[in-house]
Amino acid sequence: MFTTRKQYEPYISPFDPCPPIRVKTYVTAPNLYVGFQPPNLPQFPLREALMKGTLWQVFYDPYYSPYETKTKGDGS
Amino acid sequence: MWIYEKKLQYPVRVSTCNPRLAKYLIEQYGGADGELAAALRYLNQRYTLPPKVIGLLNDIGTEELAHLEMIATMVYKLTKDATPEQLKEAGLEPHYVDHERALFYHNAAGNPFTATYIQAKGDPITDLYEDIAAEEKARATYQWIINMSDDPDLNDGLRFLREREIIHAQRFREAVEILKEERNHKKVF
Repeated sequence: MFTTRKQYEPYISPFDPCPPIRVKTYVTAPNLYVGFQPPNLPQFPLREALMKGTLWQVFYDPYYSPYETKTKGDGS
Repeated sequence: MWIYEKKLQYPVRVSTCNPRLAKYLIEQYGGADGELAAALRYLNQRYTLPPKVIGLLNDIGTEELAHLEMIATMVYKLTKDATPEQLKEAGLEPHYVDHERALFYHNAAGNPFTATYIQAKGDPITDLYEDIAAEEKARATYQWIINMSDDPDLNDGLRFLREREIIHAQRFREAVEILKEERNHKKVF
Protein backbone atom coordinates (compact mmCIF):
# COMPACT_ATOMS: atom_id res chain seq x y z
CA MET A 1 0.00 0.00 0.00
CA PHE A 2 0.93 3.67 -0.02
CA THR A 3 0.76 6.67 2.30
CA THR A 4 -1.00 9.88 1.25
CA ARG A 5 0.94 12.27 3.49
CA LYS A 6 4.64 12.95 3.24
CA GLN A 7 6.93 14.92 5.51
CA TYR A 8 10.24 16.69 5.21
CA GLU A 9 12.37 18.86 7.43
CA PRO A 10 13.38 22.14 5.79
CA TYR A 11 16.59 23.93 6.66
CA ILE A 12 16.19 26.17 9.70
CA SER A 13 18.42 29.22 9.87
CA PRO A 14 19.45 30.62 13.25
CA PHE A 15 18.45 34.03 11.85
CA ASP A 16 14.87 33.20 10.74
CA PRO A 17 12.47 35.95 11.83
CA CYS A 18 9.52 33.67 12.70
CA PRO A 19 9.40 30.61 14.99
CA PRO A 20 10.34 27.77 12.60
CA ILE A 21 7.94 25.14 11.29
CA ARG A 22 10.33 22.22 11.65
CA VAL A 23 8.31 19.61 9.78
CA LYS A 24 6.48 20.39 6.54
CA THR A 25 3.85 18.02 5.14
CA TYR A 26 2.31 17.58 1.72
CA VAL A 27 -0.38 15.41 0.19
CA THR A 28 0.18 12.57 -2.27
CA ALA A 29 -3.39 11.58 -3.18
CA PRO A 30 -4.35 7.96 -4.01
CA ASN A 31 -4.78 8.80 -7.71
CA LEU A 32 -0.98 8.93 -7.95
CA TYR A 33 -0.65 5.26 -7.06
CA VAL A 34 -3.60 3.28 -8.39
CA GLY A 35 -3.08 3.69 -12.13
CA PHE A 36 -5.92 2.39 -14.28
CA GLN A 37 -8.47 1.24 -11.70
CA PRO A 38 -8.40 -2.58 -11.40
CA PRO A 39 -11.71 -4.49 -11.25
CA ASN A 40 -13.45 -5.68 -8.07
CA LEU A 41 -12.05 -3.14 -5.61
CA PRO A 42 -13.80 -2.85 -2.22
CA GLN A 43 -16.70 -0.39 -2.15
CA PHE A 44 -18.45 1.67 0.53
CA PRO A 45 -22.15 1.02 1.16
CA LEU A 46 -24.08 3.19 -1.30
CA ARG A 47 -25.53 5.69 1.19
CA GLU A 48 -22.14 6.15 2.80
CA ALA A 49 -20.47 6.55 -0.59
CA LEU A 50 -22.81 9.45 -1.45
CA MET A 51 -21.61 11.32 1.62
CA LYS A 52 -17.96 10.42 1.30
CA GLY A 53 -17.72 11.53 -2.31
CA THR A 54 -16.51 8.20 -3.67
CA LEU A 55 -17.75 4.64 -4.00
CA TRP A 56 -14.22 3.26 -3.80
CA GLN A 57 -12.46 2.82 -0.49
CA VAL A 58 -9.01 3.09 -2.06
CA PHE A 59 -9.71 6.64 -3.28
CA TYR A 60 -11.15 7.96 -0.01
CA ASP A 61 -8.59 10.34 1.46
CA PRO A 62 -10.23 13.08 3.57
CA TYR A 63 -8.30 16.22 4.51
CA TYR A 64 -8.59 17.91 7.90
CA SER A 65 -7.08 21.25 8.77
CA PRO A 66 -4.17 20.92 11.20
CA TYR A 67 -5.80 23.88 12.98
CA GLU A 68 -9.26 22.30 13.03
CA THR A 69 -8.54 19.16 15.06
CA LYS A 70 -6.00 18.63 17.78
CA THR A 71 -5.64 14.91 17.10
CA LYS A 72 -5.01 15.12 13.36
CA GLY A 73 -2.41 17.83 13.32
CA ASP A 74 -0.55 16.74 10.20
CA GLY A 75 -3.31 17.46 7.71
CA SER A 76 -4.22 13.78 7.53
CA MET B 1 -28.99 19.43 -23.26
CA TRP B 2 -29.20 19.11 -19.52
CA ILE B 3 -31.88 18.02 -17.11
CA TYR B 4 -31.91 20.03 -13.89
CA GLU B 5 -32.48 18.49 -10.50
CA LYS B 6 -33.49 21.10 -7.98
CA LYS B 7 -31.21 19.89 -5.22
CA LEU B 8 -27.55 20.18 -4.31
CA GLN B 9 -25.08 17.37 -4.93
CA TYR B 10 -24.14 17.44 -1.24
CA PRO B 11 -25.89 19.31 1.60
CA VAL B 12 -24.37 22.73 2.28
CA ARG B 13 -24.39 23.73 5.93
CA VAL B 14 -22.82 26.84 7.36
CA SER B 15 -22.66 27.27 11.13
CA THR B 16 -21.37 30.82 11.59
CA CYS B 17 -22.04 34.16 9.90
CA ASN B 18 -18.51 34.69 8.67
CA PRO B 19 -18.27 36.79 5.48
CA ARG B 20 -14.49 36.41 5.50
CA LEU B 21 -14.92 32.75 4.53
CA ALA B 22 -17.01 33.90 1.57
CA LYS B 23 -14.04 35.96 0.44
CA TYR B 24 -11.88 32.81 0.38
CA LEU B 25 -14.57 30.64 -1.20
CA ILE B 26 -15.06 33.02 -4.10
CA GLU B 27 -11.68 31.76 -5.31
CA GLN B 28 -13.36 28.44 -6.13
CA TYR B 29 -16.24 30.32 -7.79
CA GLY B 30 -14.57 32.68 -10.23
CA GLY B 31 -10.87 31.90 -9.75
CA ALA B 32 -8.39 30.35 -12.17
CA ASP B 33 -8.73 26.86 -10.68
CA GLY B 34 -12.35 27.29 -9.66
CA GLU B 35 -15.43 25.33 -10.57
CA LEU B 36 -16.55 27.72 -13.34
CA ALA B 37 -13.17 27.46 -15.06
CA ALA B 38 -13.27 23.68 -14.71
CA ALA B 39 -16.78 23.32 -16.14
CA LEU B 40 -16.08 25.62 -19.09
CA ARG B 41 -12.71 23.97 -19.77
CA TYR B 42 -14.05 20.41 -19.94
CA LEU B 43 -17.35 21.17 -21.66
CA ASN B 44 -15.42 23.03 -24.36
CA GLN B 45 -12.49 20.62 -24.78
CA ARG B 46 -14.79 17.62 -25.16
CA TYR B 47 -15.69 18.42 -28.78
CA THR B 48 -12.23 17.82 -30.16
CA LEU B 49 -11.09 14.85 -28.06
CA PRO B 50 -11.15 11.23 -29.26
CA PRO B 51 -14.64 9.71 -28.87
CA LYS B 52 -13.49 7.28 -26.15
CA VAL B 53 -12.97 10.09 -23.63
CA ILE B 54 -15.62 12.65 -24.68
CA GLY B 55 -18.17 11.16 -22.32
CA LEU B 56 -15.81 11.54 -19.38
CA LEU B 57 -15.33 15.26 -19.99
CA ASN B 58 -19.05 15.63 -20.52
CA ASP B 59 -19.81 14.02 -17.15
CA ILE B 60 -17.07 15.75 -15.16
CA GLY B 61 -17.85 19.13 -16.75
CA THR B 62 -21.47 18.68 -15.75
CA GLU B 63 -20.52 17.75 -12.20
CA GLU B 64 -18.38 20.89 -11.95
CA LEU B 65 -21.56 22.92 -12.54
CA ALA B 66 -23.09 21.10 -9.57
CA HIS B 67 -20.02 22.06 -7.53
CA LEU B 68 -20.33 25.66 -8.71
CA GLU B 69 -23.84 25.65 -7.31
CA MET B 70 -22.61 24.37 -3.95
CA ILE B 71 -19.94 27.07 -3.72
CA ALA B 72 -22.53 29.69 -4.69
CA THR B 73 -24.82 28.44 -1.90
CA MET B 74 -21.98 28.62 0.63
CA VAL B 75 -21.05 32.18 -0.39
CA TYR B 76 -24.69 33.26 -0.38
CA LYS B 77 -25.34 31.83 3.09
CA LEU B 78 -22.20 33.44 4.48
CA THR B 79 -23.08 36.92 3.19
CA LYS B 80 -26.84 37.25 2.82
CA ASP B 81 -27.47 38.61 6.32
CA ALA B 82 -24.13 40.28 6.95
CA THR B 83 -24.23 44.01 7.70
CA PRO B 84 -22.14 46.42 5.61
CA GLU B 85 -20.01 46.81 8.73
CA GLN B 86 -19.34 43.05 8.89
CA LEU B 87 -18.58 42.96 5.17
CA LYS B 88 -16.15 45.83 5.67
CA GLU B 89 -14.39 43.95 8.47
CA ALA B 90 -14.10 40.94 6.16
CA GLY B 91 -12.41 43.09 3.52
CA LEU B 92 -15.41 42.83 1.20
CA GLU B 93 -16.14 46.54 0.88
CA PRO B 94 -14.86 46.75 -2.73
CA HIS B 95 -17.22 43.87 -3.56
CA TYR B 96 -20.11 45.57 -1.77
CA VAL B 97 -19.58 48.84 -3.59
CA ASP B 98 -19.74 47.11 -6.97
CA HIS B 99 -22.16 44.24 -6.35
CA GLU B 100 -23.88 44.77 -2.96
CA ARG B 101 -24.50 41.19 -1.79
CA ALA B 102 -24.74 39.71 -5.27
CA LEU B 103 -22.34 36.94 -6.22
CA PHE B 104 -19.90 37.63 -8.98
CA TYR B 105 -17.33 35.61 -10.91
CA HIS B 106 -14.07 36.91 -9.53
CA ASN B 107 -11.29 35.40 -7.46
CA ALA B 108 -10.42 36.01 -3.82
CA ALA B 109 -8.33 39.04 -4.81
CA GLY B 110 -11.22 40.56 -6.81
CA ASN B 111 -9.88 39.87 -10.31
CA PRO B 112 -12.81 39.18 -12.65
CA PHE B 113 -13.09 35.78 -14.32
CA THR B 114 -11.36 35.52 -17.68
CA ALA B 115 -11.22 32.88 -20.42
CA THR B 116 -7.43 33.13 -20.23
CA TYR B 117 -7.73 30.84 -17.18
CA ILE B 118 -8.52 27.92 -19.49
CA GLN B 119 -7.10 26.42 -22.65
CA ALA B 120 -8.13 24.07 -25.43
CA LYS B 121 -5.08 23.03 -27.39
CA GLY B 122 -6.70 20.42 -29.60
CA ASP B 123 -3.97 17.95 -28.71
CA PRO B 124 -5.62 15.24 -26.58
CA ILE B 125 -2.69 14.49 -24.26
CA THR B 126 -2.00 18.20 -23.76
CA ASP B 127 -5.62 18.91 -22.90
CA LEU B 128 -5.93 15.95 -20.52
CA TYR B 129 -2.69 16.89 -18.75
CA GLU B 130 -4.10 20.38 -18.25
CA ASP B 131 -7.25 18.81 -16.82
CA ILE B 132 -5.27 16.65 -14.39
CA ALA B 133 -3.31 19.71 -13.28
CA ALA B 134 -6.54 21.69 -12.88
CA GLU B 135 -8.01 19.02 -10.60
CA GLU B 136 -4.87 18.85 -8.47
CA LYS B 137 -4.81 22.65 -8.18
CA ALA B 138 -8.46 22.68 -7.13
CA ARG B 139 -7.72 19.95 -4.56
CA ALA B 140 -4.88 22.02 -3.13
CA THR B 141 -7.06 25.15 -3.06
CA TYR B 142 -9.69 23.28 -1.04
CA GLN B 143 -6.98 22.22 1.42
CA TRP B 144 -5.88 25.81 1.92
CA ILE B 145 -9.48 27.01 2.36
CA ILE B 146 -10.08 24.23 4.91
CA ASN B 147 -6.93 25.39 6.73
CA MET B 148 -8.21 28.98 6.83
CA SER B 149 -11.75 28.02 7.89
CA ASP B 150 -12.91 27.36 11.45
CA ASP B 151 -16.43 26.33 10.43
CA PRO B 152 -16.78 22.54 10.82
CA ASP B 153 -20.03 22.34 8.85
CA LEU B 154 -18.58 24.29 5.95
CA ASN B 155 -15.41 22.21 6.04
CA ASP B 156 -17.53 19.07 5.77
CA GLY B 157 -18.87 20.29 2.43
CA LEU B 158 -15.41 21.38 1.30
CA ARG B 159 -14.02 17.93 2.15
CA PHE B 160 -16.62 16.35 -0.10
CA LEU B 161 -15.69 18.67 -2.96
CA ARG B 162 -11.98 17.96 -2.43
CA GLU B 163 -12.63 14.21 -2.56
CA ARG B 164 -14.39 14.68 -5.90
CA GLU B 165 -11.30 16.46 -7.24
CA ILE B 166 -9.23 13.38 -6.37
CA ILE B 167 -11.67 11.16 -8.25
CA HIS B 168 -11.73 13.48 -11.27
CA ALA B 169 -7.94 13.53 -11.43
CA GLN B 170 -7.97 9.72 -11.25
CA ARG B 171 -10.42 9.49 -14.15
CA PHE B 172 -8.43 11.95 -16.27
CA ARG B 173 -5.30 9.90 -15.60
CA GLU B 174 -7.22 6.82 -16.78
CA ALA B 175 -8.30 8.74 -19.89
CA VAL B 176 -4.62 9.30 -20.69
CA GLU B 177 -4.02 5.56 -20.29
CA ILE B 178 -6.91 4.83 -22.68
CA LEU B 179 -5.44 7.16 -25.30
CA LYS B 180 -1.99 5.58 -24.90
CA GLU B 181 -3.79 2.41 -25.97
CA GLU B 182 -1.17 -0.12 -24.95
CA ARG B 183 -3.09 -1.70 -22.09
CA ASN B 184 -5.45 -3.99 -24.01
CA HIS B 185 -3.16 -4.83 -26.88
CA LYS B 186 -1.64 -8.24 -26.91
CA LYS B 187 2.09 -7.72 -26.91
CA VAL B 188 3.90 -9.95 -29.37
CA PHE B 189 7.64 -10.02 -29.16
